[in-house]
Amino acid sequence: MHVPEDAVVSSADVALALASAASQSGVQIYDRTSILHVMVKRGQVAGVETDKGQIQCQYFVNCAGQWAYELGLCSEEPVSIPLHACEHFYLLTRPWETPLPSSTPTVVDADGRIYIRNWQGGILSGGFEKNPKPIFTEGKNQLEIQNLQEDWDHFEPLLSSLLRRMPQLETLEIVKLVNCPETFTPDMRCIMGESPSVRGYFVLVGMNSAGLSFGGGAGKYLAEWMVYGYPSENVWELDLKRFGALQSSRTFLRHRVMEVMPLLYDLKVPRWDFQTGRQLRTSPLYDRLDAQGARWMEKHGFERPKYFIPPDKDLLALEQSKTFYKPDWFEIVESEVKCCKEAVCVIDMSSFTKFEITSTGDQALEILQYLFSNDLDVPVGHIVHTGMLNERGGYENDCSIARLSKRSFFMISPTDQQVHCWAWLKKYMPEDSNLILEDVTWKYTALNLIGPRAVDVLSELSYAPMTPDHFPSLFCKEMSVGYANGIRVMSMTHTGEPGFMLYIPIEYALHVYNEVMSVGQKYGIRNAGYYALRSLRIEKFFAFWGQDLNTLTTPLECGGESRVKLDKGVDFIGRDALLQQRQNGVYKRLTMFILDDHDTDLDLWPWWGEPIYRNGRYVGKTTSSAYGYTLERHVCLGFVHNFSEDTGEEQVVTADFINRGEYEIDIAGHRFQAKAKLYPVPSLLTHKRRKEDVELSDLHGK
Amino acid sequence: MPAPTQLFFPLIRNCELSRIYGTACYCHHKHLCCSPPYIPQSRPRYTPHPAYATFYRPKESWWQYTQGRRYASTPQKFYLTPPQVNSILKANEYSFKVPEFDGKNISSVLGFDSNQLPANAPIEDRRSAATCLQTRGMLLGVFDGHAGCACSQAVSERLFYYIAVSLLPHETLLEIENAVESGRALLPILQWHKHPNDYFSKEASKLYFNSLRTYWQELIDLNTGESTDIDVKEALINAFKRLDNDISLEAQVGDPNSFLNYLVLRVAFSGATACVAHVDGVDLHVANTGDSRAMLGVQEEDGSWSAVTLSNDHNAQNEREVERLKLEHPKNEAKSVVKQDRLLGLLMPFRAFGDVKFKWSIDLQKRVIESGPDQLNDNEYTKFIPPNYYTPPYLTAEPEVTYHRLRPQDKFLVLATDGLWETMHRQDVVRIVGEYLTGMHHQQPIAVGGYKVTLGQMHGLLTERRAKMSSVFEDQNAATHLIRHAVGNNEFGAVDHERLSKMLSLPEELARMYRDDITIIVVQFNSHVVGAYQNQEQ
Repeated sequence: MHVPEDAVVSSADVALALASAASQSGVQIYDRTSILHVMVKRGQVAGVETDKGQIQCQYFVNCAGQWAYELGLCSEEPVSIPLHACEHFYLLTRPWETPLPSSTPTVVDADGRIYIRNWQGGILSGGFEKNPKPIFTEGKNQLEIQNLQEDWDHFEPLLSSLLRRMPQLETLEIVKLVNCPETFTPDMRCIMGESPSVRGYFVLVGMNSAGLSFGGGAGKYLAEWMVYGYPSENVWELDLKRFGALQSSRTFLRHRVMEVMPLLYDLKVPRWDFQTGRQLRTSPLYDRLDAQGARWMEKHGFERPKYFIPPDKDLLALEQSKTFYKPDWFEIVESEVKCCKEAVCVIDMSSFTKFEITSTGDQALEILQYLFSNDLDVPVGHIVHTGMLNERGGYENDCSIARLSKRSFFMISPTDQQVHCWAWLKKYMPEDSNLILEDVTWKYTALNLIGPRAVDVLSELSYAPMTPDHFPSLFCKEMSVGYANGIRVMSMTHTGEPGFMLYIPIEYALHVYNEVMSVGQKYGIRNAGYYALRSLRIEKFFAFWGQDLNTLTTPLECGGESRVKLDKGVDFIGRDALLQQRQNGVYKRLTMFILDDHDTDLDLWPWWGEPIYRNGRYVGKTTSSAYGYTLERHVCLGFVHNFSEDTGEEQVVTADFINRGEYEIDIAGHRFQAKAKLYPVPSLLTHKRRKEDVELSDLHGK
Repeated sequence: MPAPTQLFFPLIRNCELSRIYGTACYCHHKHLCCSPPYIPQSRPRYTPHPAYATFYRPKESWWQYTQGRRYASTPQKFYLTPPQVNSILKANEYSFKVPEFDGKNISSVLGFDSNQLPANAPIEDRRSAATCLQTRGMLLGVFDGHAGCACSQAVSERLFYYIAVSLLPHETLLEIENAVESGRALLPILQWHKHPNDYFSKEASKLYFNSLRTYWQELIDLNTGESTDIDVKEALINAFKRLDNDISLEAQVGDPNSFLNYLVLRVAFSGATACVAHVDGVDLHVANTGDSRAMLGVQEEDGSWSAVTLSNDHNAQNEREVERLKLEHPKNEAKSVVKQDRLLGLLMPFRAFGDVKFKWSIDLQKRVIESGPDQLNDNEYTKFIPPNYYTPPYLTAEPEVTYHRLRPQDKFLVLATDGLWETMHRQDVVRIVGEYLTGMHHQQPIAVGGYKVTLGQMHGLLTERRAKMSSVFEDQNAATHLIRHAVGNNEFGAVDHERLSKMLSLPEELARMYRDDITIIVVQFNSHVVGAYQNQEQ
């Protein structure tokens, strides 16, 4: 890879330039001062205790690089910042006979895992080796950074690939091998944002060896975040709150960064799961499912089944399974989806974040009505899908809330919301001992029974009528399943398919699972995984929070109007923004695309992030995709914008604008025709619509 | 035991002879034929005598053969893959770890690794390892047989019993004897640590037992009840001499069972050297007869390794041995007793078990051979009387015993037959094992510091070091690792796979020309225990 526009800057010089510019604007910089302690008062940063005295402050930014982990712990309320350093080596040589000109391009050889650039007429070359050496796991000993040893034996593979690529460098004389540790994060993305536990405590670290290139942008977003309360772009993927304390084990970090660092120069294939730091959080059924062929993915430390390999089937070895084309699990997931559609499947969904909010009076309802856009003042036993919006009407969370009693609510959110949602709720909830928020994620095992026969399985196990008359959709009841009493049964499946979610106190999990499987036998029950769930969801145009939905998308932009009750009588967060948006119209619209001329077997698959073209003009990118086994087509979700032809400015997007376009999705340079839909394909919504039931309204454009 | 090389050569073995040599020639031409300094041609223990051309294929014939054939046959590339090489090298490897008990009776021995690589078919080397059960201590030994494996096999089975019995206190001997007499269960004496390929002869077991019993009965009778302290050195010498004596006697007396009769004769007429270590706490005794060697690996304070030899070779290179032989025989034999660096111009080791041809009078030899079975009579070798044979015995099994008090810096002991020592310098042996056992921690890191080094030079250096490293990780057994180096080392002291592959793929007819049987035991000491002993006594 040759990057012609590349430039080289010295990080030390950049830092000095920034420092002097800041000083000119009145910033005071204390050199050679170490922080002993960050002071916190009532969950808010109050000041910093240094070896030269105290400094009062409202904001504190931890951008201590590889020292950030330690510094995070030096706080009254420890802030866990998961990152770990690895030794990183680069080589300096004496000048070439005719010194290399400063215009010499920077060369990256990803196969050889090396980069090469001009250094004072000679070369500077380093790389990201396959077998990194993690360092400073014990912390505290980081003063050794001054006298780290060169390790030529370790550098040998990189030197070999350098000489393989440029054999003539052989005669260059070595100046030295520099050992300069770099910091890596558990998912190779940097960490920024406000601490979930201490207000005013900001973090910007873990640049995974790209600090100089990312520093400018990252700094801009962090500054916005501090000044306005939020950054101008969606940075959820970089947010500190995507991690919890659970990713802060030193052993975990040490193992994980050994996998992360080589990734820098590896081909990053879709749906790749980290192999290290696994099996941390598991459902009680883990062993049972694993024995039945489950293959696992990890989300927020939790193991979730992807799919189940039938006993007679073999999958490719891990390395061979890397592909951008049709993956080897295609047929396996197909049969799981088919079973969900025709019989019944069970998916272990224990990883979902589960909170309970209870109060002695109406406090719980009041705060939830304020925080959520849908009307939660529903009869006991009802389940409400709702967004948790910010002031701008954007989704901070997309969840389902069941009203367990007049004064208690059960809230189900995506797995990776555990820290973020908790922090958000805590931020807005008044200090009131009569209002209790509890994280009950670990208390329940969640089984999702999907499919038309789920009702039969459950009624047989509970001796209770489960028909829609007795148990309408989006309803929650505590009932007995098998011998186990007090199982929370909800008539929803997160997929739009008929079925039930069972929230089972963990000690009953194995019993209930065994009962469900044995009774389910005659209804053709089988295990299924998240890939099947994904496919089912996307056919129904269900968006994913964190992927399709983020803090910059509002319900009006993604067909979520029905989940917003603007006139519920409470001025909930984001209501004003939504009212305004309803008035002005939206500037982007989540749209469902069904690929038409895409050959599943031979063409590259969409793995999201593909450009969307409307009448030949770029209008946005896809945000998620999956194969719809019922449609027998690929389905992509993505936002369509309406850029002005003259100015490029964003304009209002109307349903009409969406419907009157010809669309193409560009997958790796090849454009495929796509049908755009604003609502799910009706034939999939209802079982079979009879001719005489067609209404005039069905003919209206939507 | 079949030599493992056979497994990989069914094709060649079935081909016509010219093909064999043609192939072999191609394989070895580049490295072996043209660069003899790196491959010392192994010399058989006996000088080939015109009469025994059939036993010892003279090297000259092979050279002529190949030179003549080189152009005639199609060269075939014939490399073993690394897994094939490993399966050959690891076929005989064995490891034993001394089990740990909670704080009591912790052994100064951590465990041992052993292995052997055949050159002869069948291999003539043997090895033994056992823990003494009625006394403290562990016995380890390597035995290098010649003129067949019968003697080394017998010694490997029997010697440790003789040593153990010699070490037993009077009461224990009495107890055992009484148990035999009254048909009670016997006290076990030895706990063997054997590789499945290390077999014991079933047929001779009874005969061997009777000889051993006679020995301890004599020990009981001789006991005066005065001293209860048993001197290990004396016990070792007695055991060696007694066993050799029994081997000789059994052959003279014969056995009514014709199989056993032939066996005892083969044992007596073949020979074996022995190098045995007895480790008890910090007391290490090495009893050596012949030219196997015991080498102590000592780690200096700076982490480097040095070798301390704990045995003397009994061969022509040892002046004291030459002197001893000359003194033991009349002056007029001074020139003939050691000739061409060999005993009577024939035998390389100057001390050995068996080899009654160098011990018995001519009369006795003739009488035994004549009354012996036909097979013995037909054997040219046994019938042959060494030249200048005037004042037997010329050969003894009496060992030279070395005592060493273990120190914490003494990390391991290497016992090995001359097959190893002929290919590697003792210092290299100790360094390679030392670096292996410490996981190469002491491969000095390279620093450029001030020197002019180009990228190319550095790359060459690093590649070489990596080759060294990778061979360490391939082996789980220090003895295997040592054999890999002994057979595969190139000019730079790094294992060269190509060379290793060639050496291991030699047809068994040729293997002995390039290397001898190699048998290695690496005993690892527990420095903590050794240090604790020291502190206790201070």
